[in-house]
Amino acid sequence: MVNILKRAKPRLAALASCLLLAAVTTGSASAKDTIKVGVVTFLSGPAAGPFGVPGKNGAELVIDAINAGTLPAPHNSKGFGGATLEPLFIDESGGGAKQVAEYRNLVEKQKVDAVIGYISSGSCMAIAPIADELQKLTIMSVCGTPRLFEEKDRSHVFRTQGNAVGDSIAAARYMIEMFPELKTYTGINQNYAWGQDSWKFYSLAMQKLDPTSKASSKPQFPKLFSGQYSAEISTMLLDKSAVVHTSFWDGDIEAFMLQGMVRGFFQQKKLVSVTGASAVDSLGKKIPDGVVIGTRGKYGLLVRNDLSDPLNAWFVREYKTKYGVYPLAPSYQYAKAILYYKLGMDKAAQAAGGFPSQDEVMQSLKGISFQSFDGEVSMALAKGRQAIHPVGYGLTKWDAKKGEPGVEKVRFYGAECINPPEGILSEDWLNAGMPGAKCN
Amino acid sequence: MNQILKNDATIRWAVLGFFVLAVAGYFMEAWVQNNIMFGLARGLAVLGLMVLWRTGLISFGHALYFGIGAYVVGLVDRNFGISDIFLRLFLAVGASAFVGFFLGFILRKYRGIFFAMLNLAFSMVLYGILVKVESLGSTDGFSVSQTTILGWTPENKYALFAAIVFVCAVGAILVQCYLKTALGTLTTAIRDNELRVEYLGFSVARAIHLKYIMSAGLAGASGALLAMALGQVDPDSMVNWPVSGELVFITVMAGPGSVIAPFLGGVAFEFLRTYAFELAPEAWQLIVGATLLGIIFFLPMGLWSLLERIWKRRGVSS
Amino acid sequence: MLAQVVTILLDGLNYASFLFIVSVGLTIVFGVLKILNVAHGAFYAWGAYAAAFSITQAGELGYPDWIGFLLIFASSIIVGLVLGTILERLVLSRMYAQDEVLIALATFGVFLCLEDAILLVFGVDPYFAYQPMAVLGNVVIGGVFRDVYSLTLFALALVVAVSCWWVLTKTKWGKLIAVVIYDREISQAMGINVSAVYLIVFIIGAALGALGGAYVAPTTSVAPGFGIDVIVLSFAVVVIGGMGSIPGALIGSILVGVLRAVAVHQFPELELFVVFAVMAGVLIVRPEGLFAPPKARTI
Repeated sequence: MVNILKRAKPRLAALASCLLLAAVTTGSASAKDTIKVGVVTFLSGPAAGPFGVPGKNGAELVIDAINAGTLPAPHNSKGFGGATLEPLFIDESGGGAKQVAEYRNLVEKQKVDAVIGYISSGSCMAIAPIADELQKLTIMSVCGTPRLFEEKDRSHVFRTQGNAVGDSIAAARYMIEMFPELKTYTGINQNYAWGQDSWKFYSLAMQKLDPTSKASSKPQFPKLFSGQYSAEISTMLLDKSAVVHTSFWDGDIEAFMLQGMVRGFFQQKKLVSVTGASAVDSLGKKIPDGVVIGTRGKYGLLVRNDLSDPLNAWFVREYKTKYGVYPLAPSYQYAKAILYYKLGMDKAAQAAGGFPSQDEVMQSLKGISFQSFDGEVSMALAKGRQAIHPVGYGLTKWDAKKGEPGVEKVRFYGAECINPPEGILSEDWLNAGMPGAKCN
Repeated sequence: MNQILKNDATIRWAVLGFFVLAVAGYFMEAWVQNNIMFGLARGLAVLGLMVLWRTGLISFGHALYFGIGAYVVGLVDRNFGISDIFLRLFLAVGASAFVGFFLGFILRKYRGIFFAMLNLAFSMVLYGILVKVESLGSTDGFSVSQTTILGWTPENKYALFAAIVFVCAVGAILVQCYLKTALGTLTTAIRDNELRVEYLGFSVARAIHLKYIMSAGLAGASGALLAMALGQVDPDSMVNWPVSGELVFITVMAGPGSVIAPFLGGVAFEFLRTYAFELAPEAWQLIVGATLLGIIFFLPMGLWSLLERIWKRRGVSS
Repeated sequence: MLAQVVTILLDGLNYASFLFIVSVGLTIVFGVLKILNVAHGAFYAWGAYAAAFSITQAGELGYPDWIGFLLIFASSIIVGLVLGTILERLVLSRMYAQDEVLIALATFGVFLCLEDAILLVFGVDPYFAYQPMAVLGNVVIGGVFRDVYSLTLFALALVVAVSCWWVLTKTKWGKLIAVVIYDREISQAMGINVSAVYLIVFIIGAALGALGGAYVAPTTSVAPGFGIDVIVLSFAVVVIGGMGSIPGALIGSILVGVLRAVAVHQFPELELFVVFAVMAGVLIVRPEGLFAPPKARTI
C-alpha cells in the first residue's frame, strides 16, 4: 500500500503541475494548448524494473522540464510548439499482438497526437506496420533491430536510438582494440529479433575486422525472460571460447550475471555485454572488475562521471535529485525521444506560424541533427528516420572511494565508424568490408 | 435444413442481431469497431468450446487451433502473398480442422481433466516449436498485411468489420443447425450418460470426434480473423497457455445457453479488458481474475442466463 | 566427453530437483483434493518474493548471510499458511461439488488476481537476494565450476521426497489422508473432519510451491511474471508421473530435467518442445501417467 502511495505521489505532483501550467498558459497564442502523447514502456514484467521504469522516469523528467521551459539552452523554449504535453503511460508487456491492440486504442480511442516509446524489438516490429496503417507519428525510443527500417520503408515511424549494427560493430572494435589476444568467442542471446541480430552482426564484424578470430559452433539462444541459465552456463564453460558475447537486457542480464558469478564464469570468460549496465548498478559490488560493458550510446554508467557536457550534467543532476538514483540508458533514450519530438514540433510550429499538422511535424523531424543529453544525434539513415550516434564500451571497475560501481578504459566509436552510409543494407556493407567507415 | 432455418427462433434472432450490428458498425468510432471485431473473432473459438462444453468437455489447449489459424494466415501472407479474406479463412480452417481430425482420434477417448490436459500438452508443443524456430518468427512472430475482399482493397476497417460479422453469423447459424440435427441433440445426452447413448445405437466416440473437429475449425477461423483484424501474430498472445485459459474464461462467462452467447461474451471480455487496462494499468489482471471468480460463483450459467432472466421477467410483467 | 556427460547429468538433476519441489505440492493437492491448482504458480511467485524481500531486508539490516536460509523456510511456511488458507476457505471449499475443470478455471482466476497483487505489494523493481547463494561459494565438478547452493537443492529435494513418503505411509496422518482419498463421504460419516484434512493438505501443498520459489529466488532476479512458465512445467511433470503420485512426480521431474539439459547442450532449439512432447506422449500411451495412484480413475 505504501508502495502505491509512494509511486503515486510524483505522478500526482506532475499532474497537478501540468494542470496548473495549463491554467496559467491558456492565454498563449497557439491554437492547441495541450497535446496528448502515448508513452509506451514496460510497467510490469521482468523488464519493468531495469528498463521500463527508468525509461518512464526519464520521459517524465524531460516532459515536465519542457512543459515548464526549464531545460538548459538551446532547448529552453517552453512547451512543444508552444503546447503542453500530457503523457499517457501505457504498459508494454504482454507480447506483440497485445501491443498492437493497445496501440489501436491509443490512436483511435484516446486520440493521441503521437506515440513515443517501445523498448523491445518485438514490439517495434509489431507496431511499425500499424503506425503506418493508422498514419500516426510514432517515435521508437529504445528497440534495436535493424530490420525495422531495412526490411521495409516506413512512412510514420522514426527511431532516435542507433540500431544493433552499430552496437555490435562497436563491440567488435572494442574487443579487437583492447583484447587482441582473445581470438575465440561464443554468445548467449535471446531468441528474438534483437538477440539474433546482435549475434549476427557481432560475429560478422569480428570476421571482417579480425579474420583470424573464430566463432563457436554452439551459440546459445534461450527464450526471452526465461531467467534460469544453469545449463546454458555449463555449456559455455565447456566451450573453449575465450569471449562470451551477450545482448541480454531486462531482468535476464541480472539473473545471468548472478548465476555466472557464483560459478566462476567471469574468471574463465571475458563477457561482452552490449546493454548490461543496469545489472552493474543493481548488483553493485558483486560485479567483478573487467567485464566489458556497454550502454548503446553516451548513456548511464559510461558517462555519469563525465559531466563536461552541460545537457548531460543537467540530466544526471536533475534525475538524481528527483528519483534518488542515477539515470540508466533507457532514461536517456526516452528523454532523447521526447526532446526530438519537441524539436520537430518547435520547428514545424515556427514554419507554419501556428499549431502544425502532423505532416508538417514529420517533415521537420526528418534528417535533423540535434544536441541531446547524450551528445550529437543525427537522423542520417532510412531517409532521415533512423538516428546514428557514437557507441562505446568500458570495463567495470568498482569505485571504492565513492562506494559505487564505475568504469574504466571507456572508448567511444564515432557514428560513422560503426554505421553504414545511407542507402546500403547493413549486412551488405559489412560483407563488403565496411567501405567508407570514418574512424579516428 | 430449410425447416430449421425457417422455424428456429434463435436463428431468426441471430440473423437480425448480426444484421443490426453490421449496420451499426458503420457509425461506430474506430476503437469500438475494433473491440467488437476482436470480440466477435474470439467468439467463434468460444462457440466451438461451447459445443464441447455442452458435452461435458473443457479443453485447456484450444490455443493450438487458434494459433494454427493465426499462423496459417501469417505464413500464406508472407510466403505467397495471399491476402483475400475468404482464401485465408478457408486455408486456416482447413489446416486446423485437419489437425483436429488427426488429434481427435486420440482425444475422443479422454474425458474430464485428462482431456483438458492432453489438449494443453499439444498446444504447448506448438508453442515450444514456434518460440524457438527463427524462420517462424520465434518470440516476435510477424506482421500480417492488409486483408483484401475478393480482389478489392478496402480503404478502412469497416469492410473487414462487416466481413467478420458475416462470418460469425454464418458460424452461429451452422452450429445452431447442427445442434438441431439428431447427432447434435445428443450433445447434452452424452454429458449426462454416455452408456445410454451407446445403447441407443450411436457411437459416442464418433460424436465427440465430430464436435472436436468442429471446435478445432472454429478456433482456427477465430485465430485467422483475429490475426487479420490485428495485423500481427505472435506466440505469446496466440498460442501460449493463458490464451487457452482466456478462451475457456469467455466460454464460462458467456454461458452455454445459446449460440449467440459466445459472441456477446467475446465482446464483453474485450471491453472488460480495455477498461480494466485503462483504469488500472498495473492491476488489470486482478480485475479480470476477480470478474472470472464472480461469474463462477454468482452466475454459473454465464451472462446469457442473466439476459434470459431479464427477458423472462419483462415477459411476465408485460 | 565424460566431462560433458557429467555436466549434462548434473544440470539435468539440478533442474529436476527444482521441478520436483515445485510439482510435489501440486500433485499432493491433486491426489487428495482432486483439484488441478493453476494458482500453484502464484504460490511459487509469492514464495520467491517473500524470500527475496526478507533476505534483502535482512542484508540491509546487517544480519549475517546464512540467516537467509532460515528466511527461505520461514517465508514459504508463511506464504503457504496465509495464501493457502485464504484460497481454500474463500474459494475452493465452496466448490468441491463442482466439476473439476471448472475448479481449475476458478484457480486460474485466483492466479490472475495473485499475480497483480504481487505488483501492488512488492512493486515492479526486481529483487536480488543472492546472499545465501554467494555465501556457499563453488566447487569444480567435471571440469566445470558449480555453485554449492544449487547442489544443496538435491538434498532439499531428497528431504522433501523422503518426508512426504514417511508422512503418508508411516504415520496416522497418512492413513487418515488415504482414507479421505478413498472415500470422502464414508470418512466424513466415520467422524473424520474432512474439511480440516483438506485445508491442511492444501496448506502443505501451497507451502511446497512457495518453497520452490523461495529456494530459487537467490539464484535469479525475482521480477513480475515469475510464476507463468512454472505452471505448465509442473503440470507436465505431474502428468508424466501420474497425477497424485509422489514417486511419479520424482520420476517425472528427473525425466523432464535431464531431457531438457540434453536439449540445451545438444539441440538448443528443442528445449521447450521436448518437455511437452513427452507430456503428450505419456498421456497418449498411459493417460494415468507412469505411476498411477492406487485408485483407478475413469478417463
